[in-house]
Amino acid sequence: MSYVSKSPWVIHYDGSSCNGCDIEVLAALTPLYDAERFGVVNTGNPKHADIFIVTGGVNAQNAPIIKQIYDQMLEPKIVVACGACACGGGVYQSCYNVMHEGTRAVIPVDAYVPGCAVKPESIIDAVVAGIDLLEEKAKKMKKNPADKDRTDADAGHGVHASVANVDDVPGAGSADVR
Amino acid sequence: MELFGYSIWSFVGMAAFLVVGPIVGCLLAGLDRKLSAGMQGRVGPRIRQPWWDFRKLWGKEDATVNGAQDLYVWLYLIFIVLAGMAFFAGANFLLCVFIQTLGALFLILAGYASRSPYAELGAQREIVQVMSYEPMVLLVAIGMFMATGTFEVNSVLTADVPMIRWLPLIFAGLLYVLTIKLRKSPFDISMAQHAHQEIVRGIVTEFSGKTLALVELSHWYETVMFLGWIGMFAMWGGGWVAAVVAVVVALAVWFLEIVIDNNFARVKWQAMLKSAWWVALILGGINIVYLIFV
Repeated sequence: MSYVSKSPWVIHYDGSSCNGCDIEVLAALTPLYDAERFGVVNTGNPKHADIFIVTGGVNAQNAPIIKQIYDQMLEPKIVVACGACACGGGVYQSCYNVMHEGTRAVIPVDAYVPGCAVKPESIIDAVVAGIDLLEEKAKKMKKNPADKDRTDADAGHGVHASVANVDDVPGAGSADVR
Repeated sequence: MELFGYSIWSFVGMAAFLVVGPIVGCLLAGLDRKLSAGMQGRVGPRIRQPWWDFRKLWGKEDATVNGAQDLYVWLYLIFIVLAGMAFFAGANFLLCVFIQTLGALFLILAGYASRSPYAELGAQREIVQVMSYEPMVLLVAIGMFMATGTFEVNSVLTADVPMIRWLPLIFAGLLYVLTIKLRKSPFDISMAQHAHQEIVRGIVTEFSGKTLALVELSHWYETVMFLGWIGMFAMWGGGWVAAVVAVVVALAVWFLEIVIDNNFARVKWQAMLKSAWWVALILGGINIVYLIFV
């Protein structure tokens, strides 16, 4: 077991949403749930974070921000999409500017947490599940530290690569699905 | 027993600080988080959590902004370690203070090196921190010389009465600036320990991976050295009983710092600078006048 699983530092971004999930993420840090028991620290700094928690929907305006936060994080890192909106647009899915695929329209997602809003218990569950993935990535890094593009290749979603410049695709085709 | 003309205890002290110092510092940091969590009604992390954080940071991808930053952070660590070794070897206290200040200056340079607005703001605030605590620390050295006639830590530790007998007010002043030196709330202006947003993380915003781990390691060394300074006030005669008393006093002060940290909100830098200088002037001044007439 490597040390990354014992010290998962989290960065949290709230996209366009009702802020319900946003509040639940913070609830996970309160005395009742106390995520710090597991070494979780809520950082505001992508360079210090291991787990990227996205709540709320992704739209044309916040997509570049989400991508930038993700790019600034250092390997090994994972992404957890929390709540219906982050997983797939939620109730906002058919809005003209909301990307119906949710977070994976911009960055590769490792874990999806259902719920509207998500329960703090499920968030902690997802972080714990994500820890196994972090572990795997840390091992791969140890084996082959020179491999720069490991996340994008490993993630296997291909979504990240296909939306190279999110500025060029406003609304990312919410119309063509519906 | 002597080695190269120095007491063997000097070498024992140096080696102990070098090896045991970070372990103690790490445990203290873990205890800090555990006690803080307890005071907030939480369970909190394990005591070993800072060590796990350190190991994790050490294994992260390397993304230093530039080479100068790493160099400055290394120099920060090296000079803090040297200052602590000088102190625990029982050498000159002034030397320890000056080397420690040099280390602090390298941390500030590391903050400036990244050219990030957050880190630069943190570096500027760190300069204010140094400005705030430095007069009081120098008064400690001056008081120490006036009370014992020497700057040698060794002679102070083996004196007939503990130094606090002569320097009670200066000790209180040192307690005040210790909060600034340890960057605990209400004086966690340059780099907050518990809050983690960019602007309050200040100087470490652009540090990541190994660089951040080195800063943590330096903090552990720093904490042990500062608590050593506190313990020095309560030590006399060089015996084991006195040593235990000194350690207990240092730990009590550490606990006090955690209580203060959890009960006060951050102040503005003006309040920190003004209050620290007034404390230095009044407490230090009265104590020195007392020493002149005693």
